Amino acid sequence: MYTEKVMELFMNPKNAGRMEDPDGVGEVGNPRCGDIMKIYIKVKDDRIVDISFETFGCASAIASSSMVTEMVKGLTLDEALAISNKDVVNALGGLPPQKIHCSLLAEEGIQAAIEDYRAKRKAGVEAKP
Amino acid sequence: MTERYVYMDHSATTAVDRSVLEAMLPYFSEEFGNPNSLHMWGRKARKAVNEAREKVAALVGADAAEIIFTGGGSEADNLAIKGAAFTRRDKGRHVITTAIEHHAVIDAFHWLEDQGFEVTILPVDEKAMVRISDLESAIRPDTILVSMMFANNEVGTVQPVAEAAKICNERGILFHVDGVQAAGHMPFNVRDMGIDMLTMSAHKMYGPKGVGGLYIRNGVKIEPIVHGGGQERGLRSGTENTAGIVGFGAAADLALRRLGDGSIEEEVRLRDLLIDSVTSSIEDAYLTGHRTERLPFHASFCIGSLEGESMLLRLDAAGIGASSGSACTSGSLEPSYVLLAMGITHELAHGSLRFSLGKDTAREDIVYVAEKLKKIVADLRALSPLWENRG
Ligand SMILES: Cc1ncc(COP(=O)(O)O)c(C=O)c1O
Ligand code: FES
Repeated sequence: MYTEKVMELFMNPKNAGRMEDPDGVGEVGNPRCGDIMKIYIKVKDDRIVDISFETFGCASAIASSSMVTEMVKGLTLDEALAISNKDVVNALGGLPPQKIHCSLLAEEGIQAAIEDYRAKRKAGVEAKP
Repeated sequence: MTERYVYMDHSATTAVDRSVLEAMLPYFSEEFGNPNSLHMWGRKARKAVNEAREKVAALVGADAAEIIFTGGGSEADNLAIKGAAFTRRDKGRHVITTAIEHHAVIDAFHWLEDQGFEVTILPVDEKAMVRISDLESAIRPDTILVSMMFANNEVGTVQPVAEAAKICNERGILFHVDGVQAAGHMPFNVRDMGIDMLTMSAHKMYGPKGVGGLYIRNGVKIEPIVHGGGQERGLRSGTENTAGIVGFGAAADLALRRLGDGSIEEEVRLRDLLIDSVTSSIEDAYLTGHRTERLPFHASFCIGSLEGESMLLRLDAAGIGASSGSACTSGSLEPSYVLLAMGITHELAHGSLRFSLGKDTAREDIVYVAEKLKKIVADLRALSPLWENRG
């Protein structure tokens, strides 16, 4: 039911695991099945220079996480925000219809991490003496 | 590719045993007769069906005349439930079942509800056991039927069937038991237990798929759901699936032998080894269902902070076939209703896993599965945001 690409990333996910000292963290949940995805980013000069994820979910959610982290690494924040779950699904060579919703977590996770980074930076700038 | 292949999904289905296959083979092309024909070909087929009926009856302590062959367990459940409810609908309209039944039972009850019957669904405790006191208080003067499974397919718990039967017998309420998981794997006698109707399925005991049996106690009248040529005492019309029925008979024979030769005791030892290995070597891993009142071949768990589908696919890649009741595997994205009925949280139900052993499962298989699972759990937990945050 899954493409080879999905299985490959599910079996050997890239950028997996927690990050020490991230600049932004996004945690999103899937209201349908209760799954959770957490994205950590390091940002330099408005670019995502490092990224990792943690996912509590099915193979499709894990593969989507892995794929999206590879896709946005090196992109500017605005470029990363433009990545949609459709882009992730296409890059994976497709997902079964009942598993498309898992890829939404990937899109939302990136957005949440970037928002967190921007909010922190804003707060940091304001807090500076 | 992998070191071993270990099929541990015998609750889903079993391989047809060699002896069963060999018994069946002549009934496709050589002894192909219609059991309802008068000639030699027909008589040979009739004889084979009758012998199979004897064997299936012997497995559960029934008389051959009390066994009806069907097209599987689901059909037998439907026949028992709908057939009994319709026969007794003038006596009352209240029917009772439990929250953890197979869909073949639950959905038949929902259909009865649509037909104007009133349905009470009994809850279960945290080990998936029905409380007898709940059954007693659910019974009304107009209760006509109670259906309770012998043992649950997802969590293995064996129900207090004999006690429930006694209560129903005393009150003249028909008592149906879905014995699909238990028949052939646990020794029991329908007469001693006071069971009025018992569902069995050949493919859960090394027989072919699409063949089932319904024991109907002598004297119990039910309506058919398939009308036609009047086969199976008018309760299941249609030319008999001779080869399949012969296969069921051979499977019942095999099961009866296994019940007496120490095989089940060994299965229990292996099951307990798996349960102990998993719960002691994996942190935050829990047995689901009852520890001792459970199917001899059944070990089911919830693994904290993990999701079932991801574990199943990693197990599959290691050559291990198992199953899960997780939301992500269900299509409906709801976790198994059985786990929820036991009070297991959505989150923990996510990590549900079922291993069901078979007659060819070896000790080395158990060791292999326990080792692989431990590694898979560790690898996937390294990916799980819940694992590090657990309180
Ligand atoms: C408890 C229970 N009842 C009924 C069935 C249905 O049996 P069958 O597959 O023969 O229709 C099953 C099989 O999955 C089962 O486990
Ligand atoms: S994360 Fe639950 S179905 Fe994919």
